[in-house]
Amino acid sequence: MEGNVVVSRRSIDGFGVSPYDPEEAHVLAVDDSLVDRKVIEQLLKISSCKVTAVDSGRRALQFLGLDEEKSSSVSFDGLKVDLIITDYCMPGMTGYELLKKIKESSTFREIPVVIMSSENVLARIDRCLEEGAEDFIVKPVKLSDVKRLKEYMMREVGFGSENNGVIHKRKLQESRDLNSSEPSVTSSTSPSQLSESPSRSPISSPSVPSSIPTPLDSPIRRLKMTNTG
Amino acid sequence: MLGLGADRLWADMNRLLALLFHQGVLDEQFVQLQQLQDESSPNFVCEVVTIYFHESEKLLKNLRGLLMEREFSDYKKMGIHLNQFMGSSSSIGAKRVRNVCVAFRAASEQNNRAGCLRALELLEHEYCYLKNKLHELFHIEQQRLLAAGVRYPMQN
Repeated sequence: MEGNVVVSRRSIDGFGVSPYDPEEAHVLAVDDSLVDRKVIEQLLKISSCKVTAVDSGRRALQFLGLDEEKSSSVSFDGLKVDLIITDYCMPGMTGYELLKKIKESSTFREIPVVIMSSENVLARIDRCLEEGAEDFIVKPVKLSDVKRLKEYMMREVGFGSENNGVIHKRKLQESRDLNSSEPSVTSSTSPSQLSESPSRSPISSPSVPSSIPTPLDSPIRRLKMTNTG
Repeated sequence: MLGLGADRLWADMNRLLALLFHQGVLDEQFVQLQQLQDESSPNFVCEVVTIYFHESEKLLKNLRGLLMEREFSDYKKMGIHLNQFMGSSSSIGAKRVRNVCVAFRAASEQNNRAGCLRALELLEHEYCYLKNKLHELFHIEQQRLLAAGVRYPMQN
C-alpha cells in the first residue's frame, strides 16, 4: 500500500483556499485501501471539504501530532481537522483503536470521528458508539452519507459557544499565546498515555459531555429505534 | 455526420451501461462514481477503475499463488486478500465480482480447497468480463468526446 499523505482541496472561488477558512471543513480520512481513499477523497471534495487522506491509523496520529514515537515535524496549525473519518478494518491499528486514541487525547477528543465498515455488525457499531464515535457508515460510502457528515461539522461551527465547536478551537488557535499550556503528558509504554508534541499548543477547554443529538436520518438513530422496537 | 457519430456513441455507451446494470455486473455504486466526476476531475471514474484493476490483478495473483502451493493451508491470509477484493469491488460497484468473493470467502472459511479453486476460476472469469466491458465503455466515451469535440470546435 502506498504510504503517502495526500492533501487536496477544492477551491470554490478560484483564488485558492487560505489556511484559515471557516467555510470549508477539513476532513482527515483514514483507509488502507487505495481505491476507497480515492473515492472518499472525491466524495468529500465534491462536498466542498478539504481532505487529507492517509493509509493507516499510525499516519493519522502522526498527522495530528499524536504519535508517541514520531511527532509531526511540520506544523499543521493552519489545517485544523474538523472531522475524522476512518475505516474500521485496517492492518496494524484498527479504526476502533484509532478512535480510542483520539478520544483519550485532550487536544483532539472533541473532533467528531466517524467509522466506516463494509460489515454491518451491530456489536461493532455499538462498541464504536460507546467509545464516542459520532456515526457509523456501512460501505460503500455514498454522497448522501457525506452530506450527513457535513451536518456534524456545520452544527459544531454553528454553536460558537464556549464549550464546544470548531469556531471555538479556531479562535483559540489565533489567540494561542494567551492560553496557558497544559502540562505535557509523559510518554510511557501504555497505549492510553500519549505524549503531545510541544509544537502544538494544547487547547484548554472544559470537558464536554458528548451529547450532540444524532441527526434524524442517521442509520445509527434508525438502528437505535429498531433496537427498542 | 460527425454530430450523428457523437450521438450514436452516446447511445452505444448508454446501451452498454444498461446491459451491465441488467446483468448485475455493475450496481448503483458505479452510478455514484459517475456523479462524482466533474470539470475539475473529468477522468475520475477511469482513474479509480484503473487503480481497482491494478489492485485486483495483484490480489488475483496472490490468491492463485496461495492455492497452487502444494502444502497450502493459509486460509486466513486468503481471507484477508478476499476482504480487500470485496471491499474495493463494492466501492466501485462491481457487484458480480463482489458476490463471487463472498462465495469464495465462505469456501475459505470452511477450509474447502476444491471449493476455493472453483471460486477462483469463477472470480477470474467475472473479473475478466468486467475489465473488458469497462475498457469498452471508456473507449466509447473517449470516441464520443473526440467526436463531440470535432463537431463543436469553437466551444473548446
